[in-house]
Amino acid sequence: MFEMFVSHLINGLQIGSIYALIALGYTMVYGIVKLINFAHGDVIMVGAFIILFLVTGAGIPFIPAVLTAMAGCALLGVLMEKIAYKPLRNATRLSALITAIGVSLFLQNAFLVRFSPNPRPFPRPAISGSLNLFGDVSISYLALVTIVVSAVMMILLHFFVKGTKMGKAMRAVSEDSGAACLMGINVNNTIAVTFAVGSALAAVGSALYASTYPQVEPFMGLQMGLKAFVAAVLGGIGIIPGAMLGGILLGIVESMTKAYISTQLSDAVVYGILIIVLLLKPSGLMGKTTGEKV
Amino acid sequence: MPLLEAKGMGVDFGGLRALSDFEIAIEPNELVGLIGPNGAGKTTAFNLLTGVYAPTEGVILLEGKNIAGKKPYRINNMGIARTFQNIRLFKGLSVIENVKTACHAHMSYGILSGIMRLPKYWREEAAIHKEALELLSVFDMADLADVNAGNLPYGKQRQLEIARALATRPKLLLLDEPAAGMNPSETQLLMDTIQLIRERFGIAILLIEHDMKLVMGICQRMVVLDYGMIIASGKPEEIKNNPRVIEAYLGE
Amino acid sequence: MKKAYAINAGLVLTLFAVITLLFHLGILNRFHNGLILLVCINIILAVSLNLSAGFLGQLVLGHAAFMAVGAYAAAIFSKYITGSEIGLSGTPLLIVALILGGLAAAVAGIIIGVPALRLRGDYIAIITLGFGLIVQSLINYFRTYTGGAQGLLGIPRLTNFNNAYFIVVITVLVLVCLIRSRHGRAMIAIREDEIAAEASGISTVYYKILGFTVSAFFAGVAGGLYAHYLAMLDSRAFGFSYSIELLVIVVLGGLGSFTGAIVAAVVLTLLPEILREFQQYRMLVYAIMLIAMMIFRPKGLMGTYEFSVFGIFDKCKKVFVKFKRKGAQ
Repeated sequence: MFEMFVSHLINGLQIGSIYALIALGYTMVYGIVKLINFAHGDVIMVGAFIILFLVTGAGIPFIPAVLTAMAGCALLGVLMEKIAYKPLRNATRLSALITAIGVSLFLQNAFLVRFSPNPRPFPRPAISGSLNLFGDVSISYLALVTIVVSAVMMILLHFFVKGTKMGKAMRAVSEDSGAACLMGINVNNTIAVTFAVGSALAAVGSALYASTYPQVEPFMGLQMGLKAFVAAVLGGIGIIPGAMLGGILLGIVESMTKAYISTQLSDAVVYGILIIVLLLKPSGLMGKTTGEKV
Repeated sequence: MPLLEAKGMGVDFGGLRALSDFEIAIEPNELVGLIGPNGAGKTTAFNLLTGVYAPTEGVILLEGKNIAGKKPYRINNMGIARTFQNIRLFKGLSVIENVKTACHAHMSYGILSGIMRLPKYWREEAAIHKEALELLSVFDMADLADVNAGNLPYGKQRQLEIARALATRPKLLLLDEPAAGMNPSETQLLMDTIQLIRERFGIAILLIEHDMKLVMGICQRMVVLDYGMIIASGKPEEIKNNPRVIEAYLGE
Repeated sequence: MKKAYAINAGLVLTLFAVITLLFHLGILNRFHNGLILLVCINIILAVSLNLSAGFLGQLVLGHAAFMAVGAYAAAIFSKYITGSEIGLSGTPLLIVALILGGLAAAVAGIIIGVPALRLRGDYIAIITLGFGLIVQSLINYFRTYTGGAQGLLGIPRLTNFNNAYFIVVITVLVLVCLIRSRHGRAMIAIREDEIAAEASGISTVYYKILGFTVSAFFAGVAGGLYAHYLAMLDSRAFGFSYSIELLVIVVLGGLGSFTGAIVAAVVLTLLPEILREFQQYRMLVYAIMLIAMMIFRPKGLMGTYEFSVFGIFDKCKKVFVKFKRKGAQ
């Protein structure tokens, strides 16, 4: 009984840390341009395709392929921002949101038209076996790698945002982009870097995700993206530690629902929790409430 | 009994005291000026009086009824209308639609009469169309009725905002820096209009302005705010020579 | 004014007569019939979504879910009635089922809207998106009533062109009249500036919930029509992508124009059918259109323009006067 519980907990942690990693991209972009980047989920899909082609097509080893995918996704993120979002920076929230949905649809369907909807097997690295923790409880090496890699990425991001000059600029632009601009910060570059970093993290997320569920297809980012987005909102959108908390919490709740309630109801429970949290604490678990200035 | 009376009104924002112990009493048909340097808490006082924020303490009596903490639309229905420092028009709508929208609360036909266009719908719609045009002609804007509000020149936008506030048939009108961004001749014209409105509609007006000279001429009484506290109140000539007011405005 | 009503009623009846005649002459066949019914359903969905997204300014990403609630409620009801002793059938049964479906969707709208619409900003988008996924998940879970993933079968086929056409007309009429009343003005004011609307004596929370609920009601009606047209329901039909397709229709037609929503619904329903080979690229083209529209023409092709017989008449007169004046010079 207890062993089962612990193993579900580990499952939850594994998927939750991937959610957290991807949620970071949503939250960073929201924090800086107040836009829900619906296309972020599809960056995961693009990342998975890049790794797939590099490994199976060009025979490049897995780790260099992931690094290339990170660069590719970063570039994609920057392009997305420059082409679709930048012209709308002063438009209404509704227009920006609709554009983001458009970008997401575009990526999904461009890949659908080019690569067909059939799922392809993902060349996941050969990490097998598991580590025995205690009694009958063990953790697979894949889960261990996923959790450790996610944690390392989040720690790196934390130091990047808190410690570097660019991180400081990011925080300044998210507080007040006008004032940041007057202080000599290049706002456009800062926003581009934010998109790049968020997308590169999504590429890492896609490597981990596709190693757990080894299938690559054009719509794979949709569900994953939505869940990660829920995680970001749950923790408090715009707040980096919030995304981590939200992701892990969501992963655990989902895994527990699947184990103890019903697989079919897991979506209902996940989104139900989102709605309840938003109603009780609209700014998320770690958010502060702010009203509109009159 | 004064029309509006605020007693001991105050508010904090996350521990920051934005306004404390604010007291004001406005008689019907009186024109009162609320002045003070930038950041003194004038707009905050407006936001409390109109229900945008709920005061942390104190009472606000409108004709003897406490309105503190009520929703903005309720307060408006009870008789306080306002304009905004940064103009907030319904920019996508025509001038006359802006005014008609504000007539909402004194129309009474229900959703079904609206959908089925019962006689009551036609009667009330015709009445407010006339009322809106009359109100616009007070501001010499009747010929602009069908122009998009967002396309009006700045001065006209300010006037339209006042017309829209008047369309809610207030007993007290709060004007938040109506002269901001206007040149001296436009400002003079506006002050004349404000006088005219007070006489014609018989309402009381509370006017925010940070330029003291401007309001001296038309206000009967003035309240001076600085750092969220009232530092003086009285007739314009008393205010003019009050050493604390001079200090607040000129600094040490 | 009375004249305008007569002309509009005349136009509506003429269009009905023309299409009916084309069916009788055999120019339009069964395939066209199905297409026209789909157009009718999409028009109802588009105009009702336009009420919440276009006029009220609330981004709803789960309109198809309200449709699903209406569809299942109406279908389960009419299946029960058909199997029972109650002698209700044909169009009367359809109408009762549609009203029931609409009410079910409206109740769902209230449950979601009352708490969500008190919040500002993008929350309604997120919450309606979540709601859509919850509805699908619940439909699959309660399979004893809904048929789950196998689908709900054996729904009486009650929708036909005659009743669908007039249900569309009634829907459009109700929504147009609602928007052109003080209640509609209040909703538009909320879209324009929520704070100013509240300060002008409008209960913004009440009108947001009202608009949202009415929008959900008609989505439910459309769902009911859909159920009784296909005679079977599959929860996958009401997914996120359908909600997005409806949003594309409304955005393309013009957020805040019923005329635009209707035209876009007709065009975007027929176009993929006419250009079969286009099917594959349909969503790709939609995506590019969405982005391009937001960048270059954020108000949609029609903006807030509404078709009116007198408007066209006036315009012709103006052009004519101008022309005459030029001639006189």
